[in-house]
Amino acid sequence: MTTSTSVTVSPTFLDRVRGYSPPRRYLPVAATVALLIGMFGAGSLRYQGFADPQVVLNLFVDNAFLLVLGVGMTFVILTGGIDLSVGSVVALSTMIAASTLQAGWPAIATIIAVLVSGTLLGTLMGLVIHYFEVQPFIASLAVMFLARGLCYLISVESIPIREAGFTAFAQGSVPLPGGYHVTPSVVVAVVVFAIGAWVLHMTRFGRTVYAVGGSESSAHLMGLRVALVKVGVYTISGLCSALAGLLFAAYTLSGYSLHAVGMELDAIAAVVIGGTLLTGGRGLLLGTMFGVLLLGTIQTFISFDGTLSSWWTKISIGTLLLIFVVIQRLLTRRQN
Amino acid sequence: MTQVTTSIPPPAVGTPVVEMRGISISFPGVKALADVDFRLLPGEVHALMGENGAGKSTLIKALTGVYTIDEGTVTVAGTDHRFTSPADSQAAGISTVYQEVNLCTNLTVAENMLLGREPHRFGRIDVKAMNRRARSVLDRLGLSIDPGSSLGEHSIAIQQLVAIGRALDIDARVLILDEPTSSLDADEVAKLFAVMSDLRDQGVAILFVSHFLDQVFEISDRMTVLRNGKLVGEYLTRDTTQLTLVEAMIGRELETLDRLEHQAPTAAPDEARVPLLQVLGLSRKGSLQAVDLEIYDGEVIGVAGLLGSGRTELARLLFGADTADAGTIDVRGSRRRFRTPRSAIGAKIAFSSENRRAEGVVEDLTIADNMLLTLQAARGWLRPVPQRTRDRLVEEYIKALDIRPPDPAALMRNLSGGNQQKVLLARWLITQPELLILDEPTRGIDIGAKTQIQQLVAKLADEGMSVVFISTELEEVLRLSDRVVVMRDRAKIADRFNDESVTVAGILATIAAGGAELKEEDSDA
Ligand SMILES: Nc1ncnc2c1ncn2[C@@H]1O[C@H](COP(=O)(O)OP(=O)(O)OP(=O)(O)O)[C@@H](O)[C@H]1O
Ligand SMILES: [Mg+2]
Repeated sequence: MTTSTSVTVSPTFLDRVRGYSPPRRYLPVAATVALLIGMFGAGSLRYQGFADPQVVLNLFVDNAFLLVLGVGMTFVILTGGIDLSVGSVVALSTMIAASTLQAGWPAIATIIAVLVSGTLLGTLMGLVIHYFEVQPFIASLAVMFLARGLCYLISVESIPIREAGFTAFAQGSVPLPGGYHVTPSVVVAVVVFAIGAWVLHMTRFGRTVYAVGGSESSAHLMGLRVALVKVGVYTISGLCSALAGLLFAAYTLSGYSLHAVGMELDAIAAVVIGGTLLTGGRGLLLGTMFGVLLLGTIQTFISFDGTLSSWWTKISIGTLLLIFVVIQRLLTRRQN
Repeated sequence: MTQVTTSIPPPAVGTPVVEMRGISISFPGVKALADVDFRLLPGEVHALMGENGAGKSTLIKALTGVYTIDEGTVTVAGTDHRFTSPADSQAAGISTVYQEVNLCTNLTVAENMLLGREPHRFGRIDVKAMNRRARSVLDRLGLSIDPGSSLGEHSIAIQQLVAIGRALDIDARVLILDEPTSSLDADEVAKLFAVMSDLRDQGVAILFVSHFLDQVFEISDRMTVLRNGKLVGEYLTRDTTQLTLVEAMIGRELETLDRLEHQAPTAAPDEARVPLLQVLGLSRKGSLQAVDLEIYDGEVIGVAGLLGSGRTELARLLFGADTADAGTIDVRGSRRRFRTPRSAIGAKIAFSSENRRAEGVVEDLTIADNMLLTLQAARGWLRPVPQRTRDRLVEEYIKALDIRPPDPAALMRNLSGGNQQKVLLARWLITQPELLILDEPTRGIDIGAKTQIQQLVAKLADEGMSVVFISTELEEVLRLSDRVVVMRDRAKIADRFNDESVTVAGILATIAAGGAELKEEDSDA
């Protein structure tokens, strides 16, 4: 009848290694990693200094905020939703940070204000999406305009940040063994990533995120806390956007209404390239990290080349996205 | 575990663990329940009976907090409750398997069974302990699948068992099973019943819905009958006969339930006749071993076999839903390759899938749209079906299959399970195929409608349509088919004319013996 795969005697470690075939859910991530390695190989053959570990570390340095955004976005997309507001919330966060610092707030108060406002926006969006059954696309589009508008309300000009703590953070360097270094924002991003991965893969909340993405009505009938999870993921995304905004403010040492225009699309692209299905229910946070790194690598490639124009970034991201969506389609089709 | 005890003493009429009084629920345009009383005693199996659309699932969902009650009260273990979500009722000790499989195919089997109360260790889910716990529940149901495998890899029957496993794992005082046996075979039903009697002996109150009267009489102690959303009455099973039960359900005498006239078997095909479909060595690795099959015009081929015997796989290969690795299909003597369902539809083959939730029902469309979907697809989008034809066809089939509500504009999602099944059947009948493959077409359909469907299939065969009829219910297969194909272990083990000598017991013996004793009578030679 059914094929029995249960093993009664527990196999030795060696047996397990030998009999291991990666589950299908790791395939998209494996594809991303393969592409990343291939790209690095090509880069190091063509350009001198491309294969330097510091180049890899710089990917993290330059994309720390994107990684943080990607973590929140992965939660949202795994439930089958989407959050278009993240770019605007990043901009709003830089504005709140810059203006409050300019007004003489202590750094800690500024940080709290930014995180709280971002989180609240996210929660608000989640409540509207869940309880009023508004399409996530529409609700987050509305918040996107709202947040961008609020930026202009604060100021139409760019506001510089001169506060000591922020500048120290921005110019700080975390030494690594071997003479390499990263910035403090990388540390923040990696911590956020680790917490995100833990929540997503190890806790009930995380598994419920997958369940909701698999079938919301089933999750409801299974007695899972769908409302908590749906509002929760947008809250997390809001918090991540605010945090990414703080990192971005430190990175640019300014607040500006035109910061991070279109960054929501970069975040979505990173998540999708990382192998997470836009329809929800399938994907790994690890994939998102590789997605971010891949986007960063494309940029590095272009800056190393020097003759390529920057629109090649967009063209290659677009091509990659298409390829990945097709790969996902094929993978899921075979699964059914 | 192996034997189902039937001599359970009737439960003492003590205090009910669940008591529902004067329950009314209306949906726009339908009064689904009107002033229904229901009670459930500890230590009993209580069958909830009624035709398709009678309100059984609605009553269950009213109890578990999926629907809000317009009027009436619910008391659980003596306290008044007004559940607002399934989670609430679960917390009050009510464990439910809803009709249709309501699980997440992207999660593992163990996650599906235990999510919401999974074991924790150091603040994280203890996957090992979770798999172990799932394993032990699956063992009780006699399932040997890997708890760590993804649910989507498994057949509908196994998914149904997993759903039951989820409900069993909860230490519940009330267990609700809404048509849990609709896609299980006899063996699995026996195992489920053994588990149910165990639980009953421990004092759990079990609410059970099924359209199989034999099962109901085997396992239940008490029955409540609903008709058109109203309570007909409560009966003790041992004081009731199938006849009185059916009359209570349909509310009239039993004339429509006459046994189906056994079709005069089509004349034995002579050598000169070209079969409608000739299949040689059709196989697909891991799902079907080489099968030969000939189907002539107007023939009804019944496919019997246990779950996982390859019935569905055969149907999917014939229809091009899966691609074959080897083998040939000739349609009226000319070679065809079906790589997609579309090409099979082009050859006038239709396939009604067993997995209606995932492959059939478009919940957000109306009855009419769902019915006309394949007809329209077969014609191509540039040639819309004329409105007048649409209306006529839809009306005709709503009447022929007695679909309720008989409103072409009703949304599919609001139909009861059995009525959704009827709409799907109509969808394929409308295309007037030459070969109709029906995989479990009467699943979840009440006995009145079942007979109607069987009669319809017989009539269509008389008019020249060939039918491949797959069903877990052997009686049904034998009643309807001209030839019976028996499958086991993903291979065809017998193929013979359905004459008087073929019996349910004989087929079961054939399956058990792996086809050995029927080999020489094999009529396919
Ligand atoms: N959400 C809904 N909206 C509108 N009508 C509904 C809804 N749910 C059920 N109904 C209607 O209520 C009636 C009772 O349906 P219910 O699902 O309870 O039937 P059932 O007895 O379980 O039938 P079956 O044996 O086919 O499963 C049907 O007429 C159905 O169309
Ligand atoms: Mg029902």
